[in-house]
Amino acid sequence: MAAEKSTIDALGQFHLDTGLGAIGRSVNFANSNIMMVVAAALVLLALHYGMRRRAVVPGRLQALAEIGYQFIHDMCVEQIGEEGKRFFPFVFALFFFILIGNLIGLFPYFFTFTSHIAVTAALAVLVIVLVTAVALRIHGLHFFSYFWPEGAPVVLAPLIVPIEIISYISRPVSLSIRLFANMTAGHVMFEVFATFMLMLVGALGAFGYVLALGPLVINVALMGFEVLVAFLQAYVFAVLTCIYLHDAVHLH
Amino acid sequence: MTRLMRAGLAALMLAPALILAPALAWAGEGEGMPQLNFANPLTGSQVVWLAIIFAIFYVLLSRVSLPQVAQVLEQRSATIAGDLEAARGAKEQADLAVQELNLATRKAHADAQAAIAGAVAEAKAEAARHAVELNRKLEAQLAAAEQQITAARGTAMAALRDVATETASAMVQRLASVAAPRETVDRAVGAVLAGRG
Repeated sequence: MAAEKSTIDALGQFHLDTGLGAIGRSVNFANSNIMMVVAAALVLLALHYGMRRRAVVPGRLQALAEIGYQFIHDMCVEQIGEEGKRFFPFVFALFFFILIGNLIGLFPYFFTFTSHIAVTAALAVLVIVLVTAVALRIHGLHFFSYFWPEGAPVVLAPLIVPIEIISYISRPVSLSIRLFANMTAGHVMFEVFATFMLMLVGALGAFGYVLALGPLVINVALMGFEVLVAFLQAYVFAVLTCIYLHDAVHLH
Repeated sequence: MTRLMRAGLAALMLAPALILAPALAWAGEGEGMPQLNFANPLTGSQVVWLAIIFAIFYVLLSRVSLPQVAQVLEQRSATIAGDLEAARGAKEQADLAVQELNLATRKAHADAQAAIAGAVAEAKAEAARHAVELNRKLEAQLAAAEQQITAARGTAMAALRDVATETASAMVQRLASVAAPRETVDRAVGAVLAGRG
């Protein structure tokens, strides 16, 4: 049993390697970076080819591009308000970068860069730095009143202020861990069930093929679930960014 | 609302963490999670490349791709607004024409009514005039006839006296064989006639 357990290499898929041969090795260009380029290029190409005809009545790709645009635009205006239009390109970039990263990661042999805590943490830090910068720029030092709920008794200040500060700092932590944990867990489960199939076949032969149908069915269902998670996590990341931006613009 | 959403999202976060815990324990035997292997220089360097790629992605999106989409959307809303405006103008014109038509119909109706009323009144006046004329003519004829009758009656009455006088004279002649003086007879006849009325 212990020997079998060691054959499940659920985490090997997250192993970083250099991409693009010798050039990549010399500049430490990782396989995750290749997928980042692919994701960004897919979004840009879809927009470019979609909008090439500039039709009044859109075709499929143009409709896709316009729906994506409208979706994020509406989200920004709804969550942040009229000022949200200024942050629209950023939220759009964030949402589609993460969404396409999640989705292409679902293909076999494709690296999922959103499953790396370093990547998600970098994106979350980018968000929180932007949010804080926006808040400081709009409200100046008045921004620090954000850590003091209006009308709270002064006696509670030593308690409330640290709590508010911790809650503010925990935002990027929860943002990054949420995305990283969701993507990693999904891919670990894929790997575990797939390896389980091979183990069944290896141990039980022909009968194993029949039993292997179980994990196969689970993986098929899991794939559907993971597509949902890919959309959901990208949406959650973008929506939370919008909510934080709303707080930064309006304070409270 | 947002508070509730945040609570829901926090709960969403829990599920994969629960799955992840045994996976991490499992991996404890090997090299551990590659995500947490900071000895690998690629773990850090991929973030640098992420910054570069995301920056280029953001600039291309905000400068080129998204304005393109915005332009097409604007163009479409402008086209739709223009078409709506044109349709509204056409409708206004049509409404105006209908109003004009209604006005003309009403006017024609009123004119026709007036013409009919005029004709009727004229006909009535004509008929009244005819009746008056006829009446006058008839009255004149009646008056003439009455005059004639009166005249005839007068002559007849005048003749009656002569006849009566003559008859009385003749009767006196025959009965008394005396010729009665004419004035006496005449006076007597006159008295009798006067007595009869």
